[in-house]
Amino acid sequence: MRSAAKVTMLYGLLVSGVALTMLPLWWMLAASFMPTGEATVYPPRLLPGAATVGHYVDLFTRLSLARHVFNSALVAVLVTLIALLLNSMAGYAFAKLRFAGRDQTFRILLAALVVPAQVTMLPLFLMLKELGLVNTYLGVMIPGMATVFGIFLIRQYALSIPDSLLDAARIDGAGEFRIYWSLVLPLCKPILITLAIFTFMGTWNDFMWPLIILTDSDMYTLPVALANLLGEHVQDNELMMAGSVLTVLPVIVVFLVLQRHYIEGLMAGGVKA
Amino acid sequence: MSGTPGDARRQSAGIQATQSQATAAYWLIAPALSVIVVFFLLPVLAALALSLTDFDIYALGAFDNLRFVGLSNYVRLFRDPLFWVALKNTSYFVLVGGPLSVGVSLGAALLVSSRVVRLKGFFRAVFFLPVVTTLVAVAVVWRYLYHPRYGLLDYVLVGWFGIDPVDWLGDPQWAMPAIILMAIWKNFGFNMIIFIAGLQSIPDTLYAAARVDGANAWKQFRYVTLPMLAPTFLLVALITMIGYFQLFAEPYVMTRGGPLNSTLSIVLFMYEQGFRWWNMGYAAATAFVLFAIMLGATLLQLGFGRGALR
Repeated sequence: MRSAAKVTMLYGLLVSGVALTMLPLWWMLAASFMPTGEATVYPPRLLPGAATVGHYVDLFTRLSLARHVFNSALVAVLVTLIALLLNSMAGYAFAKLRFAGRDQTFRILLAALVVPAQVTMLPLFLMLKELGLVNTYLGVMIPGMATVFGIFLIRQYALSIPDSLLDAARIDGAGEFRIYWSLVLPLCKPILITLAIFTFMGTWNDFMWPLIILTDSDMYTLPVALANLLGEHVQDNELMMAGSVLTVLPVIVVFLVLQRHYIEGLMAGGVKA
Repeated sequence: MSGTPGDARRQSAGIQATQSQATAAYWLIAPALSVIVVFFLLPVLAALALSLTDFDIYALGAFDNLRFVGLSNYVRLFRDPLFWVALKNTSYFVLVGGPLSVGVSLGAALLVSSRVVRLKGFFRAVFFLPVVTTLVAVAVVWRYLYHPRYGLLDYVLVGWFGIDPVDWLGDPQWAMPAIILMAIWKNFGFNMIIFIAGLQSIPDTLYAAARVDGANAWKQFRYVTLPMLAPTFLLVALITMIGYFQLFAEPYVMTRGGPLNSTLSIVLFMYEQGFRWWNMGYAAATAFVLFAIMLGATLLQLGFGRGALR
């Protein structure tokens, strides 16, 4: 009897937690389908009286949001691909290849982790301005293309590859690059998926750097475009909610499809550290 | 045995292999390292130099207008009341929001990890969902939830508890607590996952031994779970603190630092100085002071953490 009460209480807490967690997201979704003005009635409603997709149509026609979806998707996909390549190359070399200065270089990189990105933003902006990269896709992408975190993640994973496997490939006459490409990369697949999810979501959700480096509204990524839209349409709650849904939908879908890799990668990292 | 021709050949082959390995390694590392050196490490040094100049909108037009001013940006910063307001607000966010976030994360992790709970994967995924959402988008959503006239929060507080409506984001006293509440909602899932991993690594035999010794649920939590979670706690506390010091998008989207600068954070202050007024030398000094504060707080926490772990 006592343990039945305990189980009921546990589930009660969990279900209230689920309700509280989902409520803001649910309201965002419901309000995005409400006709103009319905999201501001009192008492607030949790379901649209007469659902409409008008705000989504508005976003794609009058407010050309497709442009920003394209910008965000392009930048996030390219950064993810480049970061996977560069970080895996370096991470593998730091883990498994012998060369002068390896451990010192790696320690310097790790030490750089304590510097917050904001410190670099002012000079980086001036530098990219000189290079003509302000307001370009490349300018948005540059800070994410290779990261200490990414190199570290791959290195820790690659350390577990047995040396005998690499040596066997060398005896068979495989060159170092071939070993990296055809042997190491497939072995690192789980951690590559984790890094891909982290990088894609981080780039898609990033706000401060795109806000700084993109000056022309045509180039804005979705979060910057959304913040900008808020300035002009703060009264159009339902429209803003539709814009928010479009911004979070891709990352939520990626998460729901790949959540096993994401959460397990995070848990493995947490235990190791 | 040494000195036979076969040995020499093998040895030189070995040296060759090591050399080709080193060459390959340099090529593999070069792209990532160049990006990090040119676009991260170099800018850090440049930021330090920049903070010693009077770089402003005139210098942005022509570098001739740039002057070396020594530490005067730092002196000016410490005399700027607005910077102290930003520092106070950021500390409030870190010192109140941080522990609350960690507490909620631990609570959620304990609930989800409970032996009798089924559907663990479902609860874990739902609680994690806010973490993956775009901060700007959910900040927009919460702006409306906090609305004094039609927002859900006031509706519940007024309707169910009979509390007078609060203009959350319009009241200098309540704007920061409102941002903290949103940050907890957005972030608790992340630390929850790390806590779950930490809880899983505690061997069951410890609990069994504690039960044999007659420890009840609370004593098991106090004398087994908490001590065994100490390293996880340190990690979670560090991650949270470092992240919370960099508060920016929430006030930018929800309040623009207002009302009455009550949600102006250090990073928002830096952004406004650097990219709105183009006082880039001054903004660089702000960034370095933030860096120094974060480094100091990290070392302090590591010191405390090591003491507690011992």
